[in-house]
Amino acid sequence: MSILRKALTTAALATALIATGAHAETKRIALVVKALGIGFFEAANKGAEEAAKELGDVEIIYTGPTDTTAEGQIEVINSLIAQGVDAIAISANDPDAVAPALQKAMERGITVISWDSGVAKEGRQMHLNPSSSALIGNTIIKLAADHMTEKGDVAILSATSTSTNQNVWIEEATKVLPNYPNVNLVATVYGDDLADKSYREAQGLIQTYPNLKAIIAPTTVGILAASQAVTDAGKIGQINVTGLGLPSEMAGAVESGATISFAIWNPIDLGYAATMLAYNISNGAKAEPGAEIPMGRMGAAKLDDNNEAAMSDPFTYDKSNIEQFKSIF
Amino acid sequence: MNNLLKSREALLALAILVLLAVIATRFPAFIEPRNLANVFNDTSPLIILAIGQMVVILTKCIDLSVAATLALCGMVAAMLNGAGVPLPLILLAAVVLGAVLGSVNGLLVWKVDIPPIVVTLGTMTIYRGIIFLISDGKWINAHQMTAGFKDLPRAELFGIHVMSWIALAVIAAAVVLLTRTPLGRSFYAVGGNPHAAVYTGINVGRTQFVAFVISGALAGLTGYLWVARYAVAYVDIAGGFELDVVAACVIGGIAIAGGAGTIAGAVLGALFLGVIKNALPVVGISPFWQLAISGSAIILAVAFNARQGRSRGRIILKSAEHRA
Repeated sequence: MSILRKALTTAALATALIATGAHAETKRIALVVKALGIGFFEAANKGAEEAAKELGDVEIIYTGPTDTTAEGQIEVINSLIAQGVDAIAISANDPDAVAPALQKAMERGITVISWDSGVAKEGRQMHLNPSSSALIGNTIIKLAADHMTEKGDVAILSATSTSTNQNVWIEEATKVLPNYPNVNLVATVYGDDLADKSYREAQGLIQTYPNLKAIIAPTTVGILAASQAVTDAGKIGQINVTGLGLPSEMAGAVESGATISFAIWNPIDLGYAATMLAYNISNGAKAEPGAEIPMGRMGAAKLDDNNEAAMSDPFTYDKSNIEQFKSIF
Repeated sequence: MNNLLKSREALLALAILVLLAVIATRFPAFIEPRNLANVFNDTSPLIILAIGQMVVILTKCIDLSVAATLALCGMVAAMLNGAGVPLPLILLAAVVLGAVLGSVNGLLVWKVDIPPIVVTLGTMTIYRGIIFLISDGKWINAHQMTAGFKDLPRAELFGIHVMSWIALAVIAAAVVLLTRTPLGRSFYAVGGNPHAAVYTGINVGRTQFVAFVISGALAGLTGYLWVARYAVAYVDIAGGFELDVVAACVIGGIAIAGGAGTIAGAVLGALFLGVIKNALPVVGISPFWQLAISGSAIILAVAFNARQGRSRGRIILKSAEHRA
């Protein structure tokens, strides 16, 4: 229990109380993040503020613990309940540990949704995934295909052979291959999320497949190592490295041209969509399987049997927007 | 000829040649001189670390903190680069910091008398923790490093990368140190028979301390090379690499009990692993088998070494062998 955390909670409480006095009619939506001071979540807050501006009668309370612990979040949730906010949108540090506190919030009539990192089903009304495995699988193939003018070899450089996320994405990617006739998927190799092994695997791909046009790496370590290997092999312009990466890490590769474009969820969109959903549910939209809840400019979230929804395709980053995003996350 | 075949180094060299021949049947381009130079270059960090590790193992110790030292020095080098420090100073700082980290290990072994495996297991975690503290868990990426910082290991001199030249220089220096200087011979003496070493006036603890400092300094140097080559620095770089380094020494016939082993052995052991690591991606073996193959190669090599060691026994006086 840190004094800082207590102070922050108190500060949040005080701000909230003052704010209540000022606008009694506004909806107060708390954006609870894994920890304060993380670029990704600061960006999500930017999106939430954008949604608030658009909606007009919304006030965003951006809060979270100072370190990524479930206990810290529970404390924050309890103080939010005490303040009587209208809705809580949380990216959870632990899906189960925060559920009881959130249940308590729902009993008091507070709308609770989770986004980014989900909460167990009983602890929220719905969960918003940044994207879905199917959308990611399609996007990574599309990123490669978009910059291929003729048929060519494409290889996937993944994390470990047992990484669940990557394996599901690759499985989804292979399903959509018939839609991209130019993409001839020749190999899937594993760099184990180690810079040196990924680099070596990428070198191996370059040597083995002379007609290689693209390397798809759906992992941040892999995409960086592959773009470095392509740069060192002097193959910029011949082989395009793409996949999933973070703008702050990929800025160099995009600048050098080793990577034309890559994708990752856009935290601004995510914060925006979560706020829209919390607002709409709080205003009476039913969060139940099959329901479609509007989320402003991001379209509508379609809930599945677990009351989960996918926001959109991963957002594509390239020369045109990397400068803007590299300082965010 | 017979003697030559009996030496571990010759057999290991032969094994590497056989390995290359087998790889060539599946992927002929692998044995082109250009590619072999690349394989050597890629193995350079392992060679440099294996030499440092060998010196430590000779003195009956082991240094499990090499990879963490490498990562910490690499991170500091990248941060100094970000602060605008000139490259020669960065290199010096990396080596000095590595030596300091090594001396922490050495002092704990020498003065506090803690078993080396425990000391370095502890410092391994501590050094990784320090990287997290100084970097805040953030990555330093290619675009945050200057071109000069990244280019040095990649630059070519007479067709060979600077990183390979550095490895060759380290090999040469280590050969001179171990075979031509009193300090070098004392590493063997301390590991071979510590009690006898004391009687000849060698300070066992101090010698082990020096061995750790050498290993740390080499890890510091490699830290810069690693970060510059892969153009990224973060907490987990070279995670688990200490095991590769120890494996290279073991394959190279460096006795884990100390006192026996040659630079040629350590270098060949590292090259053996390097060839396997570089060949597996191109020969088209299922990734699910790759780890198993690397592992089996290590066990086979060690089993072979152990068997050889037994049959040969320890002949102290060569000349007396046939008289008996």
